[in-house]
Amino acid sequence: MVKQLLVGAALAALSVSTAQAQQGKVSADVVKIGVLNDRSGLYADLGGEGSAVAARMAVEEMGGKVLGKPIEVIAADHQNKPDIGSNLARQWIDRDNVDVIVDVPNSGVALAVQEVTREKKKIFLMEGPATSSLTGSACSPTGFHWAYDTRALAVGTGRAMVQEGGKNWFFITADYAFGHQLEADTSAEIKKAGGTIKGAVRAPLNTADFSSFLLQAQSSGAQVIGLANAGGDTITSIKQASEFGLTQSGQQKLAGLLIFLSDVHALGLQVAQDLVLTTGFYWDMDDEKRAWSKKFMEKTGKMPTMVQAGSYSAVRHYLKAVEAAGTDDGPTVAAKMKEMPVNDMFAKNGKILANGRMVHDMYLARVKKPSESKGPWDYYQIIRTIPGDEAFATVAESGCKIASQ
Amino acid sequence: MPTIFGIPPQALFGQLLLGLINGSFYALLSLGLAVIFGMLNVINFAHGALYMLGAFVAWLLMTQVGIGYWWALLLAPLAVGAVGVLLEKSLLSRLYKLDHLYGLLLTFGIALMIEGLFRHLYGVSGQPYPIPRELAGGQNLGFMFLPNYRGWVVAASLVVCLATWYAIERTQLGAYLRAATENPVLVQAFGINVPRMVTLTYGFGVALAGLAGVLAAPIYQVSPLMGSNLIIVVFAVVVIGGMGSILGAVLTGYGLGLLEGLTKVFYPEASNIVVFVIMAVVLMIKPAGLFGREK
Repeated sequence: MVKQLLVGAALAALSVSTAQAQQGKVSADVVKIGVLNDRSGLYADLGGEGSAVAARMAVEEMGGKVLGKPIEVIAADHQNKPDIGSNLARQWIDRDNVDVIVDVPNSGVALAVQEVTREKKKIFLMEGPATSSLTGSACSPTGFHWAYDTRALAVGTGRAMVQEGGKNWFFITADYAFGHQLEADTSAEIKKAGGTIKGAVRAPLNTADFSSFLLQAQSSGAQVIGLANAGGDTITSIKQASEFGLTQSGQQKLAGLLIFLSDVHALGLQVAQDLVLTTGFYWDMDDEKRAWSKKFMEKTGKMPTMVQAGSYSAVRHYLKAVEAAGTDDGPTVAAKMKEMPVNDMFAKNGKILANGRMVHDMYLARVKKPSESKGPWDYYQIIRTIPGDEAFATVAESGCKIASQ
Repeated sequence: MPTIFGIPPQALFGQLLLGLINGSFYALLSLGLAVIFGMLNVINFAHGALYMLGAFVAWLLMTQVGIGYWWALLLAPLAVGAVGVLLEKSLLSRLYKLDHLYGLLLTFGIALMIEGLFRHLYGVSGQPYPIPRELAGGQNLGFMFLPNYRGWVVAASLVVCLATWYAIERTQLGAYLRAATENPVLVQAFGINVPRMVTLTYGFGVALAGLAGVLAAPIYQVSPLMGSNLIIVVFAVVVIGGMGSILGAVLTGYGLGLLEGLTKVFYPEASNIVVFVIMAVVLMIKPAGLFGREK
């Protein structure tokens, strides 16, 4: 009897000590998630506070705790400036014990933050930025690119437009890392599909008037005008293209290479109708997506963009991986994340490549006409599902050096 | 086909016309700034926010009350002007005795608050405002397609600019205003209510910004950021034209619009800084601005 008690006590002591050992592996006794994005400028509606809300929804789903330690979500505005973004990231990691940085739209800022998280060996979950170089030449062992990238947009929209007969293209490109990469990736797809590039014009970020660039595109005689820009810039260019009658003549088509649900909402269906676009998420596809999006809508008053839905998915996967790995140590969690399949309302059987690319199905969609839409936020008709392996580059194609080692 | 610097002349005409359209907004906004600076010696940083307010008033009138564009063209500037009168009476008028810097800081703070409020309420993507039915469609000019609405903007802004210039430089009321700027005490001694005149001048100046906002609504999205995107350029326009010079502000507004249009053709990457390069050059050669007088 005494012996049994002793064994029981020893076992109990052992389990307590292992539990402590496991808890001890959470740095600073808290798992801190930092959502870093544009919260006041032209990209604030596609990510912004919505991405923080989505991250918090993933945390709630975990019961607010992982490995017995609380999870905290903080957020800050990088103002689309790479220096501010990388300083905030450094401050968060060095001073505030942030374990993971989330979202970071604007490829320029994301590239800067990727350098910081690589150096500090912290996890970086990217939903907002687009450039495929984040899992290519600038890849990091702890960086994960989640919702979409320029290559997937090129394969989706670029290829579809060429197949419909839009053989020669003219680009209006946002003049920074993202726009350049989107133009390059799309050009490559167009040429592969047998099309040609007639020219391109580089417009500064946050341009108020695109009419001059649109006119240049018009006089180029190209069949397709490719908009390699995003957010507020895309909204302005589409609105003004309609004003100048570019597409009404029927000779030229507009291809918005990166269009978010928030852009379509802002433009209204009258202006946006019939645009073809590629997206990683649309709320009205199945019951699971609808249920999650409805909850998101209750909190924000808006339906989620693919960036916001992706933030939920990435944070959820990260927390599951922390739980499975028994630690919040960056490289260990990163390895665990790559082992586990991604299964949630955002992605089915998503897999993470060695370069950090989360491969999942993408969707080619057409914006509905006002007469087809049944109500607010009923905007897309899904034309085609693009299998993940077709949409995203393989590790070998990506040119990521760390992955091939 | 003959070309000018490698560009077909037809394309060049198109770009110049577009430059003129953008110049119309620069002219309208810098005109208001120049009037306010000339009469009040206040650098009105809230100008961009009040321009945005004008657009939002028009949008709210349409979506909440069902009042269309033409009435908004009258009502929105009045509303913005009223806001301006309130601001002047309650806050700005207390600062005239102090350095310029205080007025600048106050108006900058007001701008941040108005913008922050609208950003909080409506997000940044903006709200669509349709082009009024009477001005839909456009004309094919041979070298380009000119939307009727843009033509209307150029005409309206030209008329307003000329009328304002005439009122201030050529009428009795304008004479009082200019005299009051030179020597307010003396003018008051003649029995003219100078403080009220100053209040109304500020109201008029910001009403011009409100008018520009309504004109801009159908072209751009009605967005909380529309003012701050534009205001820095407009300040550069005022500096280049010469602080307080009304004719200078108008002419420079159109001129820089044209120049920016050309930059968009020849070196688009620089189109958002060309105005500032010119500002730097002008300040080096003629510190008072192209049309300003050295004091």
